[in-house]
Amino acid sequence: MTISINVNTVERSFDIQPGEVLLDVLRREGYLEVKGSCHSGDCGACTVLLDGRPVASCLILVAKADGHAVTTVRGIGDQAHPHVLQEAFVKNGAVQCGYCVPGAITSAKALLDENPDPTEEEIRLAMDSNYCRCTGYEQQVEAVLDAAAQLRKGDKK
Amino acid sequence: MSIERKGFRHLTEGSYPATHVVGKSVDKVDGYALASGAPMYTDDIAARDFPNRLHGRILTSSIANGVIISIDTSAAEALPGVRLVLTWKNTPRTFYTTAGQGWPEPSPYDNQMFTERVRFVGDRVAAVFADSIDIAEQALRLIKVSFKEEPAVLDADDAMKPGAPIVHPEDPKGAYDSAHNVAAHLDINVGDVDKALAESEVTISETFQTHYAQHTPMETHTAFAYTDDMGKVVIVSSTQVPWHARRIVSRVLDIPMSKLRVVKPRIGGGYGTKQEILIDDLVAYGTIKTGLPCEIELTRKEEFVSSRTRHPMKIDMSIGCDKQGHFRALKMYVLSNTGAYGSHSLTVMSNTGSKTLPLYNKATDVRFFGDAVYTNLPVPGAYRGYGATQGYAALECTIDDLAAKLGMDPIELRKMNMIRVGEGSPIFEALGEGRQGVAQTIKSSSLPTLIDLGAEAIGWTEKRGKRTRNGHKVRGVGMSMHMQGSGIPLIDMASASIKLNEDGSYFLTMGATDIGTGSDTILSQMAAEVLGVTMDKISALSSDTDLTPFDVGAYASSTTFVSGGAVVKAAKAVRNQIFSVAAEMLGEELDQQLVIAEPKVEWDNTQPDPILSFYRMDDGNVVSARSGKKVSVSDIAYRAYYEINQHQIATTQSFVSPYSPPPFAAHFVEIEVDELTGKVEVLKYVAAVDCGVSINPDLVRGQIMGAVANGIGFALTEEYHFGSHGNMTNSSLFDYKILSRRDMPPTEVIVVDNYEPTGPWGAKSVAEIGINGAIPAIGNAIFDATGIRLHRTPYTPDKVLAALRGKSI
Repeated sequence: MTISINVNTVERSFDIQPGEVLLDVLRREGYLEVKGSCHSGDCGACTVLLDGRPVASCLILVAKADGHAVTTVRGIGDQAHPHVLQEAFVKNGAVQCGYCVPGAITSAKALLDENPDPTEEEIRLAMDSNYCRCTGYEQQVEAVLDAAAQLRKGDKK
Repeated sequence: MSIERKGFRHLTEGSYPATHVVGKSVDKVDGYALASGAPMYTDDIAARDFPNRLHGRILTSSIANGVIISIDTSAAEALPGVRLVLTWKNTPRTFYTTAGQGWPEPSPYDNQMFTERVRFVGDRVAAVFADSIDIAEQALRLIKVSFKEEPAVLDADDAMKPGAPIVHPEDPKGAYDSAHNVAAHLDINVGDVDKALAESEVTISETFQTHYAQHTPMETHTAFAYTDDMGKVVIVSSTQVPWHARRIVSRVLDIPMSKLRVVKPRIGGGYGTKQEILIDDLVAYGTIKTGLPCEIELTRKEEFVSSRTRHPMKIDMSIGCDKQGHFRALKMYVLSNTGAYGSHSLTVMSNTGSKTLPLYNKATDVRFFGDAVYTNLPVPGAYRGYGATQGYAALECTIDDLAAKLGMDPIELRKMNMIRVGEGSPIFEALGEGRQGVAQTIKSSSLPTLIDLGAEAIGWTEKRGKRTRNGHKVRGVGMSMHMQGSGIPLIDMASASIKLNEDGSYFLTMGATDIGTGSDTILSQMAAEVLGVTMDKISALSSDTDLTPFDVGAYASSTTFVSGGAVVKAAKAVRNQIFSVAAEMLGEELDQQLVIAEPKVEWDNTQPDPILSFYRMDDGNVVSARSGKKVSVSDIAYRAYYEINQHQIATTQSFVSPYSPPPFAAHFVEIEVDELTGKVEVLKYVAAVDCGVSINPDLVRGQIMGAVANGIGFALTEEYHFGSHGNMTNSSLFDYKILSRRDMPPTEVIVVDNYEPTGPWGAKSVAEIGINGAIPAIGNAIFDATGIRLHRTPYTPDKVLAALRGKSI
């Protein structure tokens, strides 16, 4: 069957098989910024925004995304035009192997869209499903606090 | 210099050379690419460049021990889309070890690509390459295998008993005594430990048991291979050891190295498990047989069950001392469970002693001995800490119990016996990695400061022994002390090449294998420092067996120290070549002996680099000390490449060191034990560390934080549960609990820099040491809170509760 998804503000149509999950279709279609890890919804590496809400793309049947909007981490920002969250992750030493980072930044983006001034506890809660085995989380939490502060000052998009 | 913010303090002791890039938290060179999800990991590259590749899946054993009587792959082969089915019948029979270590290889050759005998639930039986993952999985279900099941060894304690089933009846080369399931054995004696124990005024003996745990990198083991247009087999692999991978695959598949290339892209975490050749052989063989690109990406379940784990160890620890607490005797016996294969069995066990006992060098009589035994259980291998983690679990808990027996403060007891600057330990020389070691004298150490700062940060004096109670919850504090190493002395070799570009920038290629640690960044910093340029002038590439020079790989806390040494030497050699052209251009004399002399890594205040009294690098220029004249490095390159006396300005240098200066650490923890549930909560964790000069303090902090998080998980929640035939029953990230963001307690990292004269820019390594503290420090805090000593890990509620109710654990 053919479905339509708005991916990073571009309308796309995809030929899919029933039973396919969003993660697999996105990667097949070249959205390789979405990383797979546990394929069971436990680790958060594959997090994307579905109509602005963070979801584990490995658990979402792709047919469910028909007619909806998906944002990947590249839709949030890329190397040429990094989002303030991406910049803050780099500046705060919050990237080690980096495999969890696209998912972690995506969850953080959803949080800041809803709550521009989160506490450390709120950040930890909102990103609790994003496992990271390298950083011990502290510098990632600091990065989100840093990005939130910059966004509130209004000097960054 | 002193940086202080919540959760991180960075201090320095002593004085050392001023630097402009080293010691700064510059951006990670791959940071923006990774943060925007660039397709740089193995599977990303496979998906982008080889959309029509074949996908591999592995059929694994469902029994713990037995022989394959028959295996019928005809139905699988007949399935449309299946391109290749591999079993023991149609694959090379070479015996090898999957452990990616140096040469000669210290682990036994007890592995084949496939065998008729399966040795644990999860062992390889067959593999399928097909047009899609779905087809490959369907094909696995069509393979008919019949096993003759045999009794299994499911407990390391039973492995050496008479009549125990033999895991490796084929008597593999390099195994110590396979007839008794002993893969490796060690017995190192300094003095006469039994006599010393007998004569000691105070002695203590305890036994500790550590458990199975897994690295859980976010990216599972992934590799693909293709045959290039010239017939070369190219393996792109999430490996920590590209050269070992090439050497092992070359031998197993009998492919000359000229026809085999291993490329390491970005890696999604390793922590030791990717120091293992688990799928590289299969994808290479797949492409040889089918002519098509072949990929395998382990599932999370396979990552748990079939890849590698941490060696569970039972350790008997005895200490003898006088009434004042002066150590005389240290005796450690290790029974290490090496599972179905002896990967890293000897060397991990070596480090259990060699990386722990020298910390207390006042003991005159030491014995370290052990057996690594085969069982029909999952296979351990290299894992951050590499045996030292298990050793410290026993040593540091026993020291606390000895302090209690002596009526002493455990910190004072440690201070009295610990190694200090200017001192060595006979263990360094007696025991290396599975063979004789190299004598070491400590040249730098902030350990005394680490202990004082850590104690202050946790509130040791106010809290120790107070057992503050809040209803049914009681608090305690504990600490532990550690050292590790910086590579394997006189074994680990690294090399680096640098060439100058016409615009005054440099291309740095290294065998050093960045697996997410940030080594490309810190090694570029070291080069930039020597060459007097900013980070944007260094372009780094690691690692590729065809394109970059050799390095043993990312393990043994070697990269910062050993690979850093190679980079510093290469940068100095290329700098000297630049000076030589500068002298020509300025019409000044320069002794060519100074230009070609082998550069030094060690720093000696009394003997500065002699060439620097003629020229120095300054922001992209060479400045003459004699005339004060300046010439730009870009002009030097243009002249050398296009105009006069043309030649390439470039070098390859390698580094191997007789030194392996240990980083030091003191960990402190405050915990609360819930006496109703047995749950242990960590309220605060303090990790104080000395890794020489921190080349990039934010990355140092990240290494320590990550290791501490992994350590606390190992101490409290992470463990394998087994069914009745050694089958892991919790093989998912839902059931195997690593720490999440909310689980992580408030953690303070204190880094106290101290110039290590043998290291590149004063650095030592830091990757592993942070994982050693959680088990003993938390165990000692539980003891402080409750008076209960737990001898088995992890400290889960059931064990704590049982102990509180008076059962022995």
